[in-house]
Amino acid sequence: MLFAVFLPVLLAIFIPYLSKWKENIHTGFFVLLAPLAIFIYFIFSIGNGFDPVWQKYQWIPSLNIGFDFYLDGLSLLFVLLISGIGTLVTLYSIYYLDKSERLDQFYVYLLLFMTAMFGVVLSDNVYVLYTFWELTSISSFLLIGYWNHREGSRYGAMKSMLITVFGGLSMLGGFILLHLVTGTTSIQEMIAQADVILQSDYFAAIFAFVLLGAFTKSAQFPFHIWLPDAMEAPTPVSAYLHSATMVKAGIFLVARFTPIFSGDEWFFVIVSGVGILTLCWASYMAVRQTDLKGILAFSTVSQLGMIMAMLGFGTKTAIYAAVFHILNHATFKGSLFMVAGIVDHESGTRDIRKLGGLATLMPISATLAFFGTFSMAGVPLPFLNGFYSKEKFFTAATELPETSIWLAELLQQAIPYLAVFGSIFTFVYSMYFVFGTFTGHKQLEKLPAKPHEAPIGMLLSPMILVLGVVVIGLFPNMVNSTFLAHTAEAIYGKPVETHIKFWHGWITPLFMSIAVVVFGAILAYTRKGWQGIYTFLPGKLSFNKAYDFIVDQLEKSSARITNRYMNGSLRRYMVLILTAILIGAFSTLWITDGFALDTSDIASVTIHEVVVAVAMAIAAISTIFTRNKIAAILILGVVGYGLSLLFVLYRAPDLALTQLVVETITVALFLLCFYHLPNLREQTELASQKFTNVAISVGFGVLMTTVAISAHSTKGFETISDYFLEKSYKLGGGDNVVNVILVDMRGLDTLFEIVVLGIAALGIYALIKLRNKKGAEK
Amino acid sequence: MNQLDGIIDIVAAICMVTITISIALLLYRVVKGPTNPDRAVALDAIGLNLMAIAGLVAILLGTTRLNDVILLIGILLFIGTIALAKYLEKGVIIDREHD
Repeated sequence: MLFAVFLPVLLAIFIPYLSKWKENIHTGFFVLLAPLAIFIYFIFSIGNGFDPVWQKYQWIPSLNIGFDFYLDGLSLLFVLLISGIGTLVTLYSIYYLDKSERLDQFYVYLLLFMTAMFGVVLSDNVYVLYTFWELTSISSFLLIGYWNHREGSRYGAMKSMLITVFGGLSMLGGFILLHLVTGTTSIQEMIAQADVILQSDYFAAIFAFVLLGAFTKSAQFPFHIWLPDAMEAPTPVSAYLHSATMVKAGIFLVARFTPIFSGDEWFFVIVSGVGILTLCWASYMAVRQTDLKGILAFSTVSQLGMIMAMLGFGTKTAIYAAVFHILNHATFKGSLFMVAGIVDHESGTRDIRKLGGLATLMPISATLAFFGTFSMAGVPLPFLNGFYSKEKFFTAATELPETSIWLAELLQQAIPYLAVFGSIFTFVYSMYFVFGTFTGHKQLEKLPAKPHEAPIGMLLSPMILVLGVVVIGLFPNMVNSTFLAHTAEAIYGKPVETHIKFWHGWITPLFMSIAVVVFGAILAYTRKGWQGIYTFLPGKLSFNKAYDFIVDQLEKSSARITNRYMNGSLRRYMVLILTAILIGAFSTLWITDGFALDTSDIASVTIHEVVVAVAMAIAAISTIFTRNKIAAILILGVVGYGLSLLFVLYRAPDLALTQLVVETITVALFLLCFYHLPNLREQTELASQKFTNVAISVGFGVLMTTVAISAHSTKGFETISDYFLEKSYKLGGGDNVVNVILVDMRGLDTLFEIVVLGIAALGIYALIKLRNKKGAEK
Repeated sequence: MNQLDGIIDIVAAICMVTITISIALLLYRVVKGPTNPDRAVALDAIGLNLMAIAGLVAILLGTTRLNDVILLIGILLFIGTIALAKYLEKGVIIDREHD
């Protein structure tokens, strides 16, 4: 299985070389081999005696992360869908994409996506699953933005990226919590520990995070908005990613975790509630679209909502119906997208208002579209697979499980009606799609190109898919026990025995189906009459607007916040830095009770020390108020001399020496630049600013004094100065302890101080010399 | 000799206090001005007082290690005051070579 998963990406490495021959052979023919081989490899797993297969490959054993592939019924269904429809889509794309396109990029992205999808559905390790999950997001982003010279493509790609990666990250959060709770990274082992997860404190968070990932990926309400915009992608991509595979990754995730989550009663409320809401809203919105792919996009969203709702029901019938519908939806929706692509390709537009009466010009496409849409609408005909899954859906909607939450009870009463409502609109947009395009008036003058039937190669893939629709429609039990029963069992946990037949007798679901057809036909026929309702609902409200508003406001308000504190003024930054230090230090002192004032260890103070200190203080303060710049430096000189005096008084001759030299040089340096310096200007600050300055400086002075006193009062341990005094002569061979420390005991510090001085000297030299030279960087 | 030591200590202490007071008084001249040459001279005088204090501390501690400091202060004061004077007179400290 490792080879099967990574075959597409291996092939992708060679695509740029292969595509050099694209003038002779379309690159797609090479690509075709990969999904076909994988499909053939996996198709042999189908059978009555199917058993799950484990295959483990190491990746990061120390973190328990490995390529653990687990092939059960659920994975098998998805693997076959991905590889099967992948083959057909590649075949279709060979005829859809011209050789003048950048085919190498297209097929590299597509193969990358295939690997990612195989990885998602086969991984048993949550982190590997997440890795592939993000890879689907990235490759989908690349495919949507394939025609990156178009504004719409870039917008759509960005939007889908933001929304799906948002969900993906939240899912990662859920996975990490799952790992923490269960101590394993394997999904199957997590399922075995379902009780532990259900009773853990983090269950609500896990539940929310994982479902958020699934809902965003599967375009559930209200995260469905990225899918219609993703229709800017080439049609093969829309058919593959946005109908059959990627958008079902969220469904897959919910199905995979159903054995864990369905133990909680809220699972039904949230998953079914969101699903049924998505079904109704998207099918309602689909009728409003004028773009063929727009209709199909909303239709995909609503069908995904229906599958999600059925997974939420959690009954045996519902799970089986969900699985069945995943397969059915992939067949008819894939073919419909391809038909939409053919119409676009041959007539030059996808705008349904310009199309009409194409049935006579494109008879084969029209026939394919009829089968696809009638199956999508769930019309009760014995050769359409959509009808079976729709009837199963109604059956499941009328046999909901017992529950005790009031919200769930409310939902249970509403679900059958909502299901019928959603299905009526499904019927309406299906009819709108097929009759709007293929019947009615011909408007050939409005079309950019002269429509004619597509080449056989292009029609081949939708034909195969429609063949699937009909074959499953005629013999629904063919895929039943050999294939789908295993899938449903993997989700439900117990063997699922279902027999599908066309005629169940006069039962409620049949009446619901009849109601759908009758009301749907009436509404479809009178569509023009009631379409005005869309100006009231949704009217100007739409989730796209909300998304645009959020993204826009996020940028604007971040800019506003950043500009507010990053105003380029050093004063502002100093205020922020010092205030932060003040708050941090004082609160730390407060919390740790660090204030201490101990007078027992204080030396006596002599009068001359007091006088010197007072003189220094006066000099320091008067520096602030001096207007004359030379006076300011001279007064500051007093502070410097006072300091060296203190060093003398405290018996530190070396320090006093150094301090004197440095002080004198500093004064000389100041005088050197003084000629070029501007005059000290009158501070034109507001009173409030002055107050802030004074408050912060006084606060900082108090802080440092407090810290110094507290530090002096609380000596945690003996100083090591005695050691230096004792060993200075013995080890260092010198009487001058300070100098022995500087060059012997702590010589490394001195070395780097020398380096600092060297750098400073070189820097000054460079600054002065390179000042006006050409070529110096500005 | 012990008696003499005591007297020296007392005298040195009195001198210290007196000199620090004189520093404080010189500070008044530095801060107040009124002109910059006044300040420069006052700073020079503070330096001189510094030498004196260093000498007194050396006497009090009975050490010769502060003699370097005294000499250094003398040199630095001279250089510093010359630099100041030159600046006040000409506006520059180091003359550029004439081209």
